[in-house]
Amino acid sequence: MSKFGNFNLRDKGAAIWAGWNRATRTIFVLVIVGLAALLPFSAQWGPTSFLNTPITSFENVLVYPIGMFVLMALGLNIVVGKSGLLDLGYVAFFAIGAYTQGIMSTTLGWNTWEIMPFGIGFAMLSGVLLGLPALRLRGDYLAIITLGFGEIVRIVALNLSATGGSEGIPGIPNPPAVLGFKFDLMHPQDFFWLVLFMILLVIWMIRRFTVRRPGRAWEAIRQDEDVAALMGVNTLVYKLWSFVIGAAVGGAAGVLYASKVMVISPDMFKFDVSILILACVVFGGIGNIWGVILGASILAYLPERIRFISDARQLVFGLVLIIMMNLRPDGLLPRKKREKIEEKRTM
Amino acid sequence: MNFSVLQSQFASLAFQGIALGLIYSLVALGYTMVYGVLRLINFANSEVFMLGTFATLYVEAHIFKITNDSEQLHGIKLILVLLAALVGSMVVCAVLAMLVELVAYRRLRARGANRLASLISAIGVSIFLLEGVRIITQSRPLAAPRVLQKWSFGTVWGADIRIDTVLTIIIPIVVFVILDRFVTKTRLGKSIRAVSMSEENSKLMGININRVITLTFCIGGITTGVAAFLYTTVYENTVFKVGFTMGIAAFTAAVLGGIGNLRGAFYGGLALGILEQFASAILGGQWKAVTVFMVLVVVLLFKPNGLFGEAVQQTRT
Repeated sequence: MSKFGNFNLRDKGAAIWAGWNRATRTIFVLVIVGLAALLPFSAQWGPTSFLNTPITSFENVLVYPIGMFVLMALGLNIVVGKSGLLDLGYVAFFAIGAYTQGIMSTTLGWNTWEIMPFGIGFAMLSGVLLGLPALRLRGDYLAIITLGFGEIVRIVALNLSATGGSEGIPGIPNPPAVLGFKFDLMHPQDFFWLVLFMILLVIWMIRRFTVRRPGRAWEAIRQDEDVAALMGVNTLVYKLWSFVIGAAVGGAAGVLYASKVMVISPDMFKFDVSILILACVVFGGIGNIWGVILGASILAYLPERIRFISDARQLVFGLVLIIMMNLRPDGLLPRKKREKIEEKRTM
Repeated sequence: MNFSVLQSQFASLAFQGIALGLIYSLVALGYTMVYGVLRLINFANSEVFMLGTFATLYVEAHIFKITNDSEQLHGIKLILVLLAALVGSMVVCAVLAMLVELVAYRRLRARGANRLASLISAIGVSIFLLEGVRIITQSRPLAAPRVLQKWSFGTVWGADIRIDTVLTIIIPIVVFVILDRFVTKTRLGKSIRAVSMSEENSKLMGININRVITLTFCIGGITTGVAAFLYTTVYENTVFKVGFTMGIAAFTAAVLGGIGNLRGAFYGGLALGILEQFASAILGGQWKAVTVFMVLVVVLLFKPNGLFGEAVQQTRT
């Protein structure tokens, strides 16, 4: 048991990675991305057909929940994992993105690509408006404020006529075809590749940030905010940045989600979603991109896979959370030791 | 906007608000006590409350077999039934809260794990309890029998002074007075305060940390149990998701008053209850949560540690 708890796969991985040269790394990354891109076909292929999910087809499950959850978990990871801010209302940004898509596409007739910058922009704006007062507070006070904000966005959507009240917004169009990729009901795999592209983009962005000034500032804030401030890090600005970038990813996921499911209603943006995404981050390994992706994939896939025990699946989900956190409190792929390796390398 | 209610129903709204607020205060204790010693949000407390309401209902409807058709209870017998339901709810909640500590927190604490890990395991317990009750009750709301006939003492400034509202005001105040005395005067209470100040130093002084933490969860469970009993008596129904709204409101109350602080929970709950009543009367029920949130943000902007909070910066470990 203790051996299982102490075993650190990430450590091994980082050590191997450090030993490779640039060409090997590029090939490895391309192979991984290629394998991920082939995922939609795995349900039909004999050896991997056990992946298939009852009720919803595996291709659709790959888009939502798996792809969307990975995307949002990566976004939330910037907030919770990188700068250590507890955000319990991440669903708010997802909802803002989705409603931007819903309202603008049905009233202005714009398509998803035109709306995307606005969805991201509105999510970022609300991140600034919420973050400016909230980020001055510490720890758990931020948690309650974000939690409240998540509920507020849902309540406002429920009570305004522009958002269609409890009925929501029906008839949201799918994104138009690009380069021969068709994003409609008949082509879930194309949609998955779009989400995969977004995920890669976000990973790239996070990695860029992490090795540069913002990443170092977040790391300092997470470890000790007072010391970070003392050392000249403008903590409020950097906290706000991580909050707003997280919001942007959530908003983008929301825009995509609305154009995938075509109907949105306030019920889809409940507190449970925030909690689930946070669970993905912590379950996989806070602050570690690969851990977060793994955690989100498992937690999104599991309830779909065990739909045959339909009524009890959330019950099992709760049990899995308790058992896993007790066995591996730092998540499936923890980050701690990896940072030590990086420290050594830079020294 | 409907400001005329301020004139016509002011006393009535204030009276109802105080009663509702004191229920919030009791549940808020479940958050604030635990936060005091562990610096962690006890996420499963809302489900402890939910099971308390079911315990109350079970004692009334299944042990005493009271239905709405059975004859009215009077005098000693009425007090006995209510007392049994109260004790039943308190015991169930206290045992459950201690179990939550055992399952979700103890092992992780022993390993010195990340605080978010305990948060997620507590959320796991919360989901497990919520879904368990949902499956058992098949998502149906259950009506509690009317044990206490809601006779009125009369009206004061237009407010109807009903027995259940009066009980909901008196019982929490008694609980708070007892608890306040316990925490400031007794040995065990002092050890709770010592642990909340510094776990390390308490250990050095020979305090059994695990016992104190279990005791804290137990006390939080008991007060939540009292709240669950009062809630069931006043609203006479319950459903598997009753804990969610209550949990958020109570946590907000705890933060508003200053989390980790007993009196903070009391005044925070009171303020929240009154605020909610007036906000829903003036703006309409659907904007209640929005108003509460706005007030919370404004309060935290000027008093970053809540109305009665200690400086978290200094006690942070």
